Amino acid sequence: MSGRNGFWALLFHTVFVIFVLAPIVVVCVVAFTPEGYLSLPVNGPSLRWFEALLNNRDFVSSFQASLLLGTISATLAALIAVPTAIAIVRHEFPGRTALLSLCMSPLMVPSIVLGVAFLRFLSQIGLGGTMVGLVISHVIIITPFVLRTIMNSLGSLDSALDNAAASLGSDGMTTFRRITLPLIAPGILSGWVLAFINSFDEVTMTIFIASPGLTTLPVRLMLYIEDSIDPLVAAVSTVLIVLAVLAMVILDRLFGLDRMLIGTNDADKDK
Amino acid sequence: MRAISRPLPFLLSIPAALIFVIFLLLPLLGTLILSLQDFSLATGIRPVYELANYVEIFSDSYFFDIFARTARIAVFTTLVTIVIGAPEALILMRMKAPWRGIFLLVALGPLLISVVSRSLGWALLLGGNGMINQALMSMGLIERPIQMMYTEFGVVIAMSHVLMPFMIIAVMTTLQRLNPQVENASHSLGAGSFTTFWRVILPQMLPGIMTGAILVFAMAASAFATPQIIGGRRLKVIATLVYDEFLFSLNWPLGAALAMLLFAVVIVVAIGLNRVAEGYFARMYK
Amino acid sequence: MSPVTKADNTPSASFLAIDGLTKTYNKVTVVDRFALEVEEGEFVSLLGPSGCGKTTTLQMLGGFVDPSAGSIRLEGRDLIAAPPSKRGLGMVFQSYALFPHMTAAQNIAYGLEVRKVPRAERDERVRQALDLVGLGAYGDRYPRRMSGGQQQRVALARALVIRPRVLLLDEPLSNLDANLREEMQIELRRIQQTTGTTTILVTHDQTEAMALSDRIVLMRAGRIEQIGGPEAVYARPANSFVARFLGKTNLFPGTVGADGRSISIGSHVFAAPAAATPGATIVAVRPEKLGFGEGGIRGVVRNRVFQGTQWLVELDTEHGPAIVQRQNLGAVPPAIGEATGLVFEPDAVHLMAPEADK
Repeated sequence: MSGRNGFWALLFHTVFVIFVLAPIVVVCVVAFTPEGYLSLPVNGPSLRWFEALLNNRDFVSSFQASLLLGTISATLAALIAVPTAIAIVRHEFPGRTALLSLCMSPLMVPSIVLGVAFLRFLSQIGLGGTMVGLVISHVIIITPFVLRTIMNSLGSLDSALDNAAASLGSDGMTTFRRITLPLIAPGILSGWVLAFINSFDEVTMTIFIASPGLTTLPVRLMLYIEDSIDPLVAAVSTVLIVLAVLAMVILDRLFGLDRMLIGTNDADKDK
Repeated sequence: MRAISRPLPFLLSIPAALIFVIFLLLPLLGTLILSLQDFSLATGIRPVYELANYVEIFSDSYFFDIFARTARIAVFTTLVTIVIGAPEALILMRMKAPWRGIFLLVALGPLLISVVSRSLGWALLLGGNGMINQALMSMGLIERPIQMMYTEFGVVIAMSHVLMPFMIIAVMTTLQRLNPQVENASHSLGAGSFTTFWRVILPQMLPGIMTGAILVFAMAASAFATPQIIGGRRLKVIATLVYDEFLFSLNWPLGAALAMLLFAVVIVVAIGLNRVAEGYFARMYK
Repeated sequence: MSPVTKADNTPSASFLAIDGLTKTYNKVTVVDRFALEVEEGEFVSLLGPSGCGKTTTLQMLGGFVDPSAGSIRLEGRDLIAAPPSKRGLGMVFQSYALFPHMTAAQNIAYGLEVRKVPRAERDERVRQALDLVGLGAYGDRYPRRMSGGQQQRVALARALVIRPRVLLLDEPLSNLDANLREEMQIELRRIQQTTGTTTILVTHDQTEAMALSDRIVLMRAGRIEQIGGPEAVYARPANSFVARFLGKTNLFPGTVGADGRSISIGSHVFAAPAAATPGATIVAVRPEKLGFGEGGIRGVVRNRVFQGTQWLVELDTEHGPAIVQRQNLGAVPPAIGEATGLVFEPDAVHLMAPEADK
């Protein structure tokens, strides 16, 4: 776009930025209150609620569970997505479109429906309230994210590279290991990160399948908020926000957040 | 590609196909079956196959009210994200480095923050003695706090915030495909900024707005965390109702029927709007 | 059909007067004191390699880039003060910039609608414009369903239908393949002569500039190197840059005799085509004006390429590399490794000052 933003555009933008940041900033500020109730830390900041958080075994164990769940699920999702992406992008076969639709369909199904479906299904197969059950459900909902980024990476590769490698005597497996895999590695990594974040933040589906003994952090927070809103939940949220900001900065440095989310088309940009 | 069928693509597809059939299609099918079954506290779930749950939902105005409220909230949330998100996408697109990068992070970054935390932030802002009411009262603009928590208004505001990034992403994706010279072309043909926006830029943003609207509507209609936190127990939407049926009333078949109806509505609306949009835009993007 | 006049009018009478036009980005001057007078109906090309400032100059004319200094006057009216929408210039963009959501006819009608031209007149003018560019039957097509050449024609019609005082063309043919480009060059010239619209074309293709223009403005690194008619700049380039940019050329170091009437390149001496300043000089000879024979400049054939209608022969001479282009009239030029003399008519040479050479 070559146009410029005029006065009204910038005013609109300012209001927009306040709208976006206000709830996030408020949470972070309230978390530092020294009082026992929700209030702004007018008498100076206090770390009291963060200490309380560290001593809260429920939140700490949920945090660990979330990390573990996200790591395992994202890794499994990537392992499933790589061969699937290669089949879909590089090959033409009956059922190709159906496979793609099937693998992308979790994006279409409301999380609440998935939650209901998994609650019933997992308890029927005896995995209700277990880590295995959580991993299965999370793998299903995050695989589309990894699959999409890997497919984008593969799609932007020149398919003549494979032919070039083959013409030089490289067999399929060697070509994959030496040529394709290194070139799609950034796509796999960014897909993994997106998948991890989606798993880590998932609450609507997980709230159905978590058990009192095994609960993720957002679900624990949600259940706590249903009972009462106090500065402790603000402290938990502040930790989540800080982690998200860190992830954001790292992602932006590594891949460019805009490219990950919007997907620029360099070929078009040059024109 | 070739007439000879080769086993490789099938071998590569097996893991995903198996996993998605077993762990996605089967559970969804199970839910559909569950929604046909019967429940009472005395007998538990009985394996009958009838439409009694659906009949109950359609005949009870209690459910109708909740469906209507859910639809209202989803429609208004979609409108707010369009009215705010579409212009903001254009503004972001027009920014120069480094501002564009910085504000892209501001606009899209909240996606990485848990929905629960963001909804909590709105609860703190909208509450009876929340920041907005306190500020308005200290400025003397109002005498008593305005009720914003547990209202549809509050849910729409918070949900617009949560879903805004999706609208911005959708619109920016379309804007990125837009040839930057068309704006200059319009000016060179004598059109001012307003005409250029109205006749040249906006029509080309429409496909993106449409995609964003479908996405936002689908997510808003089935949202759970934000209505649960901002709307509370009194202001129920379908998703929070399903949650209650499953975890408190324990009437799983009824909950499953509600979930299936929600699913059906979302799919029908999304596919319907998509058809309309595709038919409308096909001629220029084919 | 208005015949184009190219008389040496006085500057004050000029239709479009650009003076001292300068653009500086962060202390880098991309256009430096550009000055040009254009007559009404004239077709002028801004020609140069990429980065020479030709596109920036055009964008300053169109109003899409603000000049750092200088003036642009159209029929005495200051253009810089006017926004692009009020300049009344037509522009064809490199990417065509057609509105993808409008049909060809709607694209063309846009400028007229903005001008509030009455419906009936608008329809008539759109129809005429479509006919002018040979797209009479394609009015209802959307741009995506048209070929590159057709889109190009729509863009041209859209710019012309508003009857612009000046038509600006930004590398309009660069996205077309070679055959189509040649066809469109002829078409563009025909249309321009039909409408008589004053036209400024930006291009990096010297054959395009020579085929289309009444005058060529050669630019390098933000500066004008030479302005002149196509034959004139080709035959009498101001310096070696211009000579090389307008096609292949041979440059030999030479000396003009004390009487100013003879020129020597090493031991080869010949009469000067016109009185010249005594001293060192650069002798430029176009490859098609060199022939093989006895005497002249001695050289050995390094490479020989047959191109169907012509032969291209590269030689190493005692005065540097040389290239010869011979019409294929049946005679076969000397073979690789063969020694030969390079001869030319005295009036085939063009002398350039050595300091102009870089």
